[in-house]
Amino acid sequence: MVLLPRPTPGPVPSAGPSSSLSRCPRIPSPGGTLSPLPGDTSVLAGLYGPAEVKGSRESPDGATVEVLLRPKVGLPGVAERSREQLLRRTFEAVLLGSLHPRTSITVVLQVLSDAGSLLACCLNAACMGLLDAGLPLSSLFCGVTCALDPHGDIILDPTARQEQEAHAVLTFAIDSAQRKVLATTTRGSCSAEEMQRCLVAAQRAADTIFQFYRDCVQRKYSKS
Amino acid sequence: MAGGGGAPAESRVGQVVLPGDVLLLPAYDEQDTERLPLGTSAAPRGRLLCGPGLRRCAGGLLVTKCGLLRHRRAGDGAAAAGGAYWVDSQQKRYVPVKGDHVIGIVTGKVGDVFRLDVGGSEQASLSYLAFEGATKRNRPNVQVGDLIYGQFLVANKDMEPEMVCIDSSGRASGMGVIGQDGFLFKVSLGLIRKLLAPKCEIIQELSQLYPFELVLGMNGRIWVKAKTVQQTLIIVNILEACEYMTAEQRKQALAKLSGN
Repeated sequence: MVLLPRPTPGPVPSAGPSSSLSRCPRIPSPGGTLSPLPGDTSVLAGLYGPAEVKGSRESPDGATVEVLLRPKVGLPGVAERSREQLLRRTFEAVLLGSLHPRTSITVVLQVLSDAGSLLACCLNAACMGLLDAGLPLSSLFCGVTCALDPHGDIILDPTARQEQEAHAVLTFAIDSAQRKVLATTTRGSCSAEEMQRCLVAAQRAADTIFQFYRDCVQRKYSKS
Repeated sequence: MAGGGGAPAESRVGQVVLPGDVLLLPAYDEQDTERLPLGTSAAPRGRLLCGPGLRRCAGGLLVTKCGLLRHRRAGDGAAAAGGAYWVDSQQKRYVPVKGDHVIGIVTGKVGDVFRLDVGGSEQASLSYLAFEGATKRNRPNVQVGDLIYGQFLVANKDMEPEMVCIDSSGRASGMGVIGQDGFLFKVSLGLIRKLLAPKCEIIQELSQLYPFELVLGMNGRIWVKAKTVQQTLIIVNILEACEYMTAEQRKQALAKLSGN
């Protein structure tokens, strides 16, 4: 088991969690697993693939990506379904699915605890899961959540409370090759200029996360 | 550092690379079309092989898997810029590769082929004629649930993998049905490659304990059989633990065993 400290991303003034941890538990069954814990939000990612695909879902020219987002309690509802779609499309953008046609890649994300920035955490957990499982990716990606508080300040990695108080919450998925946006989702209202500011902050924070990925992998391979 | 500009491939050999990193090839940097290639320094560029985890892109090589970058020079001159680059990654899921020797489990007989589970996304097929000495009349004795050590004759992403238990000259050369008893378990693909490397320290150290039989499949499956069940399980436990042990820890564990 590996425990790694991670600094809060970004130089932007942030009242978010001061430090967070990520551990790599050794779970025997899935191909890749990782559960980063930004603050108090934690998600367990399990990855199965390239595996056999069932009948109608089979695609002759690429892998079928399936995402299952399991909430902490109860059954997945409409909100989870909508997030699954967003996550699935993000993965499809970076996965080189054409290398594994007629296979299925299943990403299971189990929410262990939610204290804000859940979607960003899901994205990060899934990316590390994909890395660990050794699936072909054209680049890495990460998720960053920004909240705009009533004064117009940007809060990176907001807590659940900050998310509620904020007048807009934006989540970006950013790729590592060119720091471009793969997916974005917004709750609340904000001006175009505010969104641009959030994007710049998120892109800067992404660098920290990519460096964190690199450190994680380096630790893993230092043992062999 | 991550992706962006990219680093020369040679400087990253032995280091950890992540998907999205771009490796520049020296030939692209130093290509000088003005001058005629003279002397040994400008030897013709060798053929470059792009191994697992790498793809060609505009500037050089694009990394698609995380792991350690490895390089092997082309056989001839040291000046050749060619050779093979690949990423040594620690994964669990096996993807069939032509020529790989694997251990498969027979899951069924359909007509004149056996279906084999090899751990890939699709079951492999194995003709009953692809055994040493097998003829239409003389079928090999293979039952559902048997273990088979064979190699891939056909393995690509678009077709069903096909296995054989004979080499090109029709000899079994160690392949075929694995006998009764013994113990089958799974390890990561990285450990299998380590164990299969020539002069692997782990195997050499284990062989000094007591005699045992060992079959290593590139799909991560290992079959072990020693004189007693206890001895078999000791080997299994050591091999499973090797993944997370350093060389010193392993030597200590083995010293403890050989003392008993």
